[in-house]
Amino acid sequence: MTMQPTDLATYNFAYLDEQTKRMIRRAILKAIAIPGYQVPFASREMPMPYGWGTGGVQVTASIIGPDDTLKVIDQGADDTTNAVSIRAFFAKVAEVSTTTSTADATIIQTRHRIPEEKLGEGQILVYQVPIPEPLRFLEPRETETRKMHALEDYGLMHVKLYEDIARNGHIATTYAYPVKIEGRYVMDPSPTPKFDNPKMDQSEALQLFGAGREKRIYAVPPYTSVVSLDFEDYPFEVNRFDQPCALCGAEGVYLDEVVLDDRGGRMFVCSDTDHCEKRRAAGHKGTMAGGEIGQ
Amino acid sequence: MAMQSNDVIVTGGFDAPVFDAQSVFRALMDAMARPGTVQAIAPRASAPAPLGSVAAALALTLCDADTPVWLDSASTQDGAVARWLGFHAGAPVTDDPAAAAFALIGDGASLGSFDRFARGTQDYPDRSAALIVQVPDLTDGPALTLTGPGIKHSATLAPSGLPARFATLWADNHALFPRGIDMVLAAPGAVAALPRTTRIAITEN
Repeated sequence: MTMQPTDLATYNFAYLDEQTKRMIRRAILKAIAIPGYQVPFASREMPMPYGWGTGGVQVTASIIGPDDTLKVIDQGADDTTNAVSIRAFFAKVAEVSTTTSTADATIIQTRHRIPEEKLGEGQILVYQVPIPEPLRFLEPRETETRKMHALEDYGLMHVKLYEDIARNGHIATTYAYPVKIEGRYVMDPSPTPKFDNPKMDQSEALQLFGAGREKRIYAVPPYTSVVSLDFEDYPFEVNRFDQPCALCGAEGVYLDEVVLDDRGGRMFVCSDTDHCEKRRAAGHKGTMAGGEIGQ
Repeated sequence: MAMQSNDVIVTGGFDAPVFDAQSVFRALMDAMARPGTVQAIAPRASAPAPLGSVAAALALTLCDADTPVWLDSASTQDGAVARWLGFHAGAPVTDDPAAAAFALIGDGASLGSFDRFARGTQDYPDRSAALIVQVPDLTDGPALTLTGPGIKHSATLAPSGLPARFATLWADNHALFPRGIDMVLAAPGAVAALPRTTRIAITEN
């Protein structure tokens, strides 16, 4: 252990006290044993507001150890405020090494994306979840949604998807797209774009979800069936982009739209910054890589 | 005699409670997420007999004042295990298995029906017990073929020292899903887990 006792005089390792960690660890074990079921837990006040990833932070703090390497992404990016501050938080309170490279991380805390690079067995993906209950916007009463989960009564969700089709001609839900875990619980994959849903299915990595304000933890173990809800005649489809990333030329990845000026100029770039940087370092070039944006 | 007995009670906790608990938990979490895998746990705690060092470390990692613990008859004999748990973890020992969050089974062979433990409700399937069961080893017993979440195709685990009708007991437990108990198998130096989602078939060997 390289830890100096004086360095952490005012905090326990990883900020949370040990009793809180035990409580969260017990919830995580239950969540793994009942895939897709939202386990209630006694969420703590964290030194950041609700909505900034307190659920994910508490899960990460309860599992992380001195040998871990942490990566934090916010909408796929390593360099935005939420990602930078959570990475700095754990570098300070747990003295763990951090990385922006997906392959080098043992724990990846994410806000609303799954990295493009395939995750492996030694990795844990921790999601920050705002509203864990997939039925909440359809049925506001917790007593009712709990009963619906207990009875496996998910008709309301199918009605919602049907109404999408009736109004728009297709299922218009593009993020937080509901999934069914191992044929039992309907789960909110957190507001990830539905583009990422297929990556959750049979993933080699353990996936943990923490909702701090709503006080719920849930999990998808590795090699677990994750099926996006759909209809036989309106099968689930992922988003498609008509152009590759403007910087690295990648196709089949999730792209962000960047507005360049007030005359309609725009570009589409990888949302996963690590993936994009690695591709550019390997010599891949998009249409705008050498022009006004690239160096 | 009394002095000697107290020595057993007040010693044997984690040397580095924060890091020991974290490392034991990660091994247990990996075991629970990947049923059939055997995760190593270095000796970090020692408790009065019949509790081995792995079961002791698991108890210190998981149990505290919020978790009533039930002990099997092998573990209750002279009250030492209960006092050790009380001293190191602050965990209350209950003689009502239905009230227990954890059950420490010192002798896996004595394992009976899971009916007496809390198996959660349909609304709250998480309000169920986890059984920490000591077995002599995880590789020399009858081979169990495992399938279910966390397992790529199938996995094999061969714990010794479980009752002959274990597969039947487990099938009844699995059938209750999402209700049911979860099981942690503690062998010398290693741990494996059986979440309620795991299906077990007995392999001829």
